[in-house]
Amino acid sequence: MNSKIVIAIAAIVVIVAGVVGYVYLSSSAQQTSSPTRTTITLNGAGATFPYPLLSVMISHYHEQNSSVQVNYQSIGSGGGISDLESKLVDFAASDAPLGPADMAKAPGALHIPETIGAVTIAYNLPGISTGLHLTGKVIADIFAGNVTMWNDQEIQNLNTNTTLPAKSITTIHRSDGSGTTFIFTGYLSVSSPAWNETIGQGKTVSWPVGLGASGNTGVAEDVNNTLYTIGYVELAYALQNAMTVAAVQNPTGNWILPSLNTIQLAVQVAASSGLPAGNQSWTNVSLVNANDPQAYPIVSFTYLLVYQELNVVPGMTQPKATALVQFLWWVVQSNGGQQYSSSLEYVPLPTNIVQIDEATIQSITFNGQHLPTS
Amino acid sequence: MSPRLSGDNLFKTLTALLAVSAAFILMITAYELFVGSLPVLQKFGIYFFTGTKWNPVQTIVNPEIYGALPYLLGTLVTSAIALLIGVPLSLGIAIFLVEMAPRTLRVPVSYLVDMLAAVPSVIYGLWGYFVLRFWLLDYVEIPLSRYLGWIPIFGGTPQGLDVLNGGVILAIMIIPTVSSISREVIQAVPNSIREGAYSIGATKWEVIRNWVLSYGRSGIFGAVILGLGRAVGETMAVTMVIGNTIGPSAIPNSLFKPSQTMASLIANNFLEATPGTLELSAYIGVGLFLLLLSLSINVIAQVMVTRVLKVKGGAVE
Repeated sequence: MNSKIVIAIAAIVVIVAGVVGYVYLSSSAQQTSSPTRTTITLNGAGATFPYPLLSVMISHYHEQNSSVQVNYQSIGSGGGISDLESKLVDFAASDAPLGPADMAKAPGALHIPETIGAVTIAYNLPGISTGLHLTGKVIADIFAGNVTMWNDQEIQNLNTNTTLPAKSITTIHRSDGSGTTFIFTGYLSVSSPAWNETIGQGKTVSWPVGLGASGNTGVAEDVNNTLYTIGYVELAYALQNAMTVAAVQNPTGNWILPSLNTIQLAVQVAASSGLPAGNQSWTNVSLVNANDPQAYPIVSFTYLLVYQELNVVPGMTQPKATALVQFLWWVVQSNGGQQYSSSLEYVPLPTNIVQIDEATIQSITFNGQHLPTS
Repeated sequence: MSPRLSGDNLFKTLTALLAVSAAFILMITAYELFVGSLPVLQKFGIYFFTGTKWNPVQTIVNPEIYGALPYLLGTLVTSAIALLIGVPLSLGIAIFLVEMAPRTLRVPVSYLVDMLAAVPSVIYGLWGYFVLRFWLLDYVEIPLSRYLGWIPIFGGTPQGLDVLNGGVILAIMIIPTVSSISREVIQAVPNSIREGAYSIGATKWEVIRNWVLSYGRSGIFGAVILGLGRAVGETMAVTMVIGNTIGPSAIPNSLFKPSQTMASLIANNFLEATPGTLELSAYIGVGLFLLLLSLSINVIAQVMVTRVLKVKGGAVE
């Protein structure tokens, strides 16, 4: 008898609380939404790597332009490209440029580099601080399972003043398909012919050895928690977790630690040799091994993808297309979206890339008409 | 015809439609998976089920190739470990609760055991990653590999993220399923059977072993199979602790080696796979494989369990 009464009272309390909560929330929502004008919603989807940066940019943009609401779903580069091809989103983001097959399925798609990815080589060796010397070839040999001991002659030769432990190396790689893996294996393919011939570059590759961990966070955790490991993580994760990272040899022979400066320099130098226009294929763009004494070698773009002629997207209108162009323009400006990069340990776009992006964004049209960028 | 009757007919049709729609969803899911995996099945044929190489990147030396055997083995081995550890525990719990526990203990303990099912799998995964990993490493894996490392199943360098960790996590996760169904099955054994056994002088242990368990064995077997179904399909927790290797290095030939299950492989790679590629088709193919495996496991379990509960109904009448 008692339990029935208790259940009845509990049910009444829950229902009353629900109704009161609903009324309260909907009334407060009305108060906030009543003064605003019609809102334009822009939808984007894609890569997870730029998501922390994009979400900060989007919330700042909304503060300045309350009539524009941008939604970004970080569902992965593949999902973003797929959504762009089926025209479910207004823009997509991808860590890898569109390949020939995807260019054919999304004709007229533009590449707009919006931030820079850099891969650091993190390790866990007691007593050995940041700055272990490694070359691309040795890193490839380690991740291919050809160099299995930390005191292998190949590593020792690069670090003559360091006593390396006689322990076996555990490599940590990404278990999930990832743009970080794409950049990293791209660098290894350039650095080691053997890697290029047997394993190659991809978002997922056939790792011969090592443990797989999910996400940059997973790799960072595994390296930090396990002795004698080596892994690769995005710059932001290495800096935020204060990981010990390798100084990687660049083409001029210098040992370079990853930092916002050495990476921005790499992009600036690599891009000065010429980049394709926004509507061309970017598959051959490579920022690795920039030829400057102070440039970090493992660097890549990550892209926003958008159609050049926006009327192909269902539901696109003149005001919406204008809002999209203005948002993209703001994202690449150094006093716009880019100003939030450094505090999140993302590398701001160098000036020469911003100029290329501006030209690309200015080429966007709706029903053949160019759109105002501000 | 009276309006009331036609209302009944309408209701009947409506509910029938709803019932059919559930089956329909299952069928279109299977159909979509089949269509999606056709490219990879046509290209690699039987190799997709028996091969061990998994290489999405075409290089000069190695062609693009997909063989799902290591992940099938990863799924089966972790599930087998889960059953080896989880089933005796669950049976112990069920027997204790039905046959021995005082009434005051029975309700709270069964409630707590069932609550294990309410823990989200990502919580089990986090616990496995941050806690269980180091327990297994310090107290099981390092000692065993030091003294018995020459036995292949204890080979390799233990890291704690491996087949054993995956199996132990799954064992904990199947306990609520197996123990609560076994409990019902044991409860369904008619009391006349127990009374008969006691009357010919059997001890408590003999009654349980020779009569109760033997009478309910097909139901208990069904409970075990349902637990297996849960273990086979579990994704999140296993992905977090199994080490996720790929290709031949994912073959689970040692308890202390990382591997990967079918569900983890899909969860790990599906989102970043480029649309329209063979790679995506391969993940869909693994999904089809997994669906067929889980379906057949569940069908077997349903048949086994209903057989016992039917006997109960007959016995009561």
